[in-house]
Amino acid sequence: MLKISTAPHCYAKADTRSIMRDVIISLLPAGAVAVALFGLAALVTIVTAVAGCVFFEYACCRWWLKTKPTTGDFSAVVTGLLLAYNLPCNMPLWMTLIGCFVAIVIAKAAFGGIGKNLFNPALVGRVFLFISFPVQMTTWVKPQLFDFLNTDAATGPTTLGLLKHLDGTASATISAASELPNYEQMFFGYVGGSLGEVSALALLLGFFYLLWRRVVSWHIPVYYLGTFFILTGVFWLTTGNPAAEPVTQLLSGGLMLGALFMATDYTTSPMSKNGKIIFAVGCGVLTFVIRRFGSYPEGVSFAILIMNAFVPLIDRCCHPRIFGTGRK
Amino acid sequence: MTKLKTFAIGGCHPDKHKTTSDRPIEDAGIPETVCIPVCQHIGRPAKILVKKGDRVKTGTLIADADDVISADVHSSVSGEVVKIEENIGKTGYPEIMITVKTDGDDWEESIDRSPETVADITLTGGEIIRRIRKAGIVGMGGAGFPTAAKLSPPPGKKIDTLIINGIECEPWLTADDRLMREKTEEIIIGAKILNKALGIQNAVVAIDENKPQAAALMQKLTRRYVGVNVAVCRTKYPQGAERQLIAAVTGREVPPGCLPADAGCLVQNAGTAFAVYEAVQKNKPLFERVVTVSGDNLDHPGNYRVRLGTPAAYLIEKAAPREEAAEIIFGGPMMGQSGVNPAAPVTKTTSGILCFGAQSVFRPQPTECIRCGRCTEVCPQGLEPFAIKNLTRRGDYQAAKKIHVLDCIECGSCSYVCPARIPLTDYCKLAKYEIRKKK
Repeated sequence: MLKISTAPHCYAKADTRSIMRDVIISLLPAGAVAVALFGLAALVTIVTAVAGCVFFEYACCRWWLKTKPTTGDFSAVVTGLLLAYNLPCNMPLWMTLIGCFVAIVIAKAAFGGIGKNLFNPALVGRVFLFISFPVQMTTWVKPQLFDFLNTDAATGPTTLGLLKHLDGTASATISAASELPNYEQMFFGYVGGSLGEVSALALLLGFFYLLWRRVVSWHIPVYYLGTFFILTGVFWLTTGNPAAEPVTQLLSGGLMLGALFMATDYTTSPMSKNGKIIFAVGCGVLTFVIRRFGSYPEGVSFAILIMNAFVPLIDRCCHPRIFGTGRK
Repeated sequence: MTKLKTFAIGGCHPDKHKTTSDRPIEDAGIPETVCIPVCQHIGRPAKILVKKGDRVKTGTLIADADDVISADVHSSVSGEVVKIEENIGKTGYPEIMITVKTDGDDWEESIDRSPETVADITLTGGEIIRRIRKAGIVGMGGAGFPTAAKLSPPPGKKIDTLIINGIECEPWLTADDRLMREKTEEIIIGAKILNKALGIQNAVVAIDENKPQAAALMQKLTRRYVGVNVAVCRTKYPQGAERQLIAAVTGREVPPGCLPADAGCLVQNAGTAFAVYEAVQKNKPLFERVVTVSGDNLDHPGNYRVRLGTPAAYLIEKAAPREEAAEIIFGGPMMGQSGVNPAAPVTKTTSGILCFGAQSVFRPQPTECIRCGRCTEVCPQGLEPFAIKNLTRRGDYQAAKKIHVLDCIECGSCSYVCPARIPLTDYCKLAKYEIRKKK
């Protein structure tokens, strides 16, 4: 008995599952750095977030959406990892689980599941926790390399927190400036901050893997970081405000994690190349505006979420060039 | 290292599987019966000239073109007409076929069977076109458009470039590759003949860089023929599609809704050029062609010279199948059709017969679109298949028409790359069908 199917009769190797697996692999270096710097607490947070997200994904599919559980495509694992990377390592576990709930149930399943969500689930989870538990979400443990139990658990401000102080009074400025980490520390990640955001090197490594595997294109990160760098640089040069020193700004906070892994999320970014560029420039501008003129030191989450809301509009306006039209 | 030509928008790179490119063309022999469909082309079916019990020779006209857009059909064997009835063809639909029971291989005397290559073109343009029409030649790359009709472009359209399509971008297929290596000079003469028919001086043989031997041979031999050049193109699917090929070779893009003639180009497949050579120089009608018989279920895949009307099963048997076939594809895996009937015959447009075993035949279950944008990235026409899918699902075909679904060339690239395995090409085909039905 012959089987019949419509053309094409062959398929590319990459499917949703293998793409998500690649994203997970690309996030591993940042996770390793987090465990090395923040110890077991980081590992526990990561495992909890991943387990929580996978559980909620399964539960939603099974009992709410009544579809075949989509946990097998690993997308919930990616959300869990990204959520964990956006949390401080000493976050109480029950709060982490609330974050998982918000990310998967409210930001993803309520919109219809994978591919339908308007906002990046991990970011929605993070922002929910940030607004609900501001103290825990801004208590940053100082990194202690290879001190896995992290017995001291001394806390300190993040680079961006320090930079915000530079904007303030004169006496605060002096003490904050002396505490600022140097570029090297920031590049390798020896600074306070959320789990996954500290090491630009680890994030870049992972991102290059994604580029090599052709999972993402370079457009969003380059335009996002470029826009932000130029705006901050121009502001710094014109006002001389030390808090706007562009390289420090670029390497600090969630910018790298956001630009490389959150803004590039397939579902919540535009489809066309032009659309991606508009989206990325918008993220860059908003991040600059929030960091510079907002009351929060960190602006990446809000910038990306706001731009997420524009994606349907961008998709409506930006189309690829139809063959045989509009060239030369 | 010069920059190789290719088309600008989209494209993908399916695995080549061109395992038969080193297997010379063999004669497939003559089966006991052949089933010759009277409509192997686009247009009106040919009018049947024979009846049950008639004796025919190899090359005898058995059905006559009924219109300008139609083509003559000749017997591919000598023997007796035993049946004229409907059979399931490669499309899966019943077609009228003339069944001939073979006894030997007695050719019409008018056919020149001598092995010499005839290079001198003595006929005039009009005579050439008449000869091509009489030989029943159609586009052998798959479209099946009658070649004689194509050579008479609508008034007001000026053609300046003839492109001979030797791209063969479908995976597995190597029939054109082999033909270009074994009948290089004949194809070049075929191009000269077509040039003469069109009254132009410029022909380009386009070959993908993944056929270096064919390209080298062609480049060597075209030096002797003024007006025929070779363009080596960077391998990318679907470079063999007419519009993409014109864009690759000349840089001109045929606007939506227009014909290649609007860009001053005419494309003919390499196999068609060879058939034109045989028809014009050897007076041989189109009753056999080269077919790649391949697929992972065959122990001896190869390229065969096949009489039209030969059942697919006969060729698969020749290529030593390992197990029972799970799927038989007529054509390539990207655009070809799965056959329902293993006895369905080879026609003028069958470039390949692929036979796959159960382990490699699967239709993956579609999951939700993750909006990765790959379909848009690969579409060679610059369309947005995900958007067409959404509109088609909703039944909003008019909106799909607005986003140019009618420009879809059904190359299958979007379905091929989709990580969620959504049959995007099928949605495009459905939308096109519904829009055309309303007209």
